[in-house]
Amino acid sequence: MKLRPIVRGTAAGAVLRSDQSVSLWGGVDPASGTIIDRRHDRHGESIAGRVFVLPGEKGSSTGSAVLLELIRIGKAPAAIVTRHPSPALTLGAIVAEELYGKSIPVFLATEAGFRALRDGERVDIAEDGEVRRAAARRP
Amino acid sequence: MKLTAEDRRALDGERGEAARFALSVVVRMAEAAGAEELLSIEQAHIDACALMSRSSLDLVSHLAEHGGRVRVPTTLSMVSLDLEGWKSLGVSPRFAATASRIAQAYLELGCIPTWTCAPYQGYLTPRFGQQIAWGESNAVAYANSVLGARTNRYPDYLDICAAITGRVPYAGLHRTENRRATVHVHVERARARDWETPAAWAAFGSLVGSLALDGVPVMDGLPAFRPSNDMLKAFGAAAASSGSIELFHMVGITPEAADLATAGQGRLPSNACAVARRQLADAWDELSGADAGSAVDAVILGCPHVSYAEFAALSEAIARFGAARIHPNVQFLVFAGATTVELARRGGLLGPIERWGARIVRDTCPFHSPVVAPTARVIATDSGKCAYYAPGELDVRVAFGTLDACVEAGVKGRMPRREAPWRAR
Repeated sequence: MKLRPIVRGTAAGAVLRSDQSVSLWGGVDPASGTIIDRRHDRHGESIAGRVFVLPGEKGSSTGSAVLLELIRIGKAPAAIVTRHPSPALTLGAIVAEELYGKSIPVFLATEAGFRALRDGERVDIAEDGEVRRAAARRP
Repeated sequence: MKLTAEDRRALDGERGEAARFALSVVVRMAEAAGAEELLSIEQAHIDACALMSRSSLDLVSHLAEHGGRVRVPTTLSMVSLDLEGWKSLGVSPRFAATASRIAQAYLELGCIPTWTCAPYQGYLTPRFGQQIAWGESNAVAYANSVLGARTNRYPDYLDICAAITGRVPYAGLHRTENRRATVHVHVERARARDWETPAAWAAFGSLVGSLALDGVPVMDGLPAFRPSNDMLKAFGAAAASSGSIELFHMVGITPEAADLATAGQGRLPSNACAVARRQLADAWDELSGADAGSAVDAVILGCPHVSYAEFAALSEAIARFGAARIHPNVQFLVFAGATTVELARRGGLLGPIERWGARIVRDTCPFHSPVVAPTARVIATDSGKCAYYAPGELDVRVAFGTLDACVEAGVKGRMPRREAPWRAR
C-alpha cells in the first residue's frame, strides 16, 4: 500500500485510527497529546508517538499551532495520515521543520489505503509513502 | 512552481532570514495544495497573535529578530490579554508577560495594533475583488461574502508568512471558479418579524453551517429587508463554527449573488435543500445546552467583537430596565476592539453601560484570555459562535438568546424563558 507524501519523512509506530475528523485546537491537549474533545470517538487516548489515521481536520485553523507545539515538546504523532487534504496539519509540520529542524511526516491516503490501516497494528512508512506492516516482516 | 525572480532572490536569502523563512513556508504550502503559482496580496489579517505557547513566541521572535517586516498593511486579531485592563480582570502577571511579549513582537514586524477579530468593522476595510490573506474564520467569511474580497481561511502562521512575503498560493477562493455556489438553501415562508435580531441570523448561520459543511452555500427566500452588518456578522461567525463556511452568498444581498444564476456562475448548485420554520427554531434551541430559565453566572457579548451599533443597542436595552443594576451573581462581559470602545466613549454610550455594571474587555476574547470566572457553570450569549465553542473551551452550559434577553439575564440572574422566533406565533 502506498500513501502520498505531503510533508516528507519516515515513521514507525502503532496506528491510532479514527473515523472522525478532529480539531486539534480544543480537541487535543497541547501539553500532552491527549484527545480532550468529548465528542470524539478516541477521547482520552494520546496521539503522541502513534501513526494517527483520520479523515481530516475540522474547525479552527489554529490546529497548525497545536501541532507545532506538540512537535516542539516531543508529544506529536509519529506520522499523520488523512483521507482529505488538511492544510492546518500540513502547515504545523512544515513550520516545525523550518523553525526547529524537526518534524513529522504527513501523508494523504486513498479511500482504499485509508480503510486498510487497522487500529493498533504496527507499521513502518517509508519516505515515498510505502507502508509495511511491522508484524509481517520476516527475519 | 512558477516563481518570479524576486521570489527566487527571497528564497536564496537575499532579503534576509525572515523573508526566506516566510516564503519557504508559503511555497511549500502551495506545493502541498497543488497550486502552480503564487499570487500577490494587498492586505493581511493575523490570527496567530492570540496563541499562548512557547512555540508561538519562538516563531514570531524568530521572524522579528531576523529583520522581518510585513510587506502589506496588516491588522491583528485578538491578543490573549486586555493590554491595559488585565490587572483588574484577575489575569496573572506571568500570563500577561508572555502575552505582552507576543504582542510586542507582532508590532516589531510592522503590524497595526487593531487587536480585533472583527477587522471589517471600520479600519482598512478590504475592497470588492481585492486579494487579501486573512486569518480568523468569522473575518474570512465576512470579507469573502459581504465585502467580496478574496481570501482563503489562512491557518495560524501561514497568515504572518503571507504578510511578510506579500505572497500566497494561488488557490481556493482567490480563484473565481471556486467562488461558485455549490449548495442552494431555500428558506420557506420567511416572515420579517422572525428575523429582526442578530441572534436569529446566528441560529440561521448555525443551521446553514451544518447543512453546507465546507461547501459554498447560496441562500434565497430570505425576508424582504436588508440585513444589518451585525446580522451578517452573526450569520457568518455561526456558519464558520458549525461548519467550515468561508464564503456564502445571499441572493439580492451579497455582492456576488445578484440572482441564483450569478451566484452559481451560470450553473445551478449541485445540492439543494429547503429550510422550514421548524428547522430554524430547532437550530436556535440547539444553541442552548442549559435548561430554560436557568440561573446564569456570566453573560458574554462580543463574539465577534461588538460594533458601535451593538453598543448602542446594549445601552438602550439597559435603559429599559430603569435604575436596575446587574445582579450580584452575574459577571457581564462585553468584548470589543479598542477603536470601537473609544467611539462608544465619545458617543456617550460607555458610561451608562459601565455604571450598570458591565465590564468592557478590549483586545481579546473569552476563549484566549482567562477572564470568565472559572467557577462559571452557565453562560448567556447572543452569539452562535460563542454558543458553539463555550461548552468545550470554558466547560460551561450555554443559554442562548437575543441581546435583550442577555441584558434581562444580567439584571435578574436568570435567562428569561422565550421561544425561538420561528416557534412563536
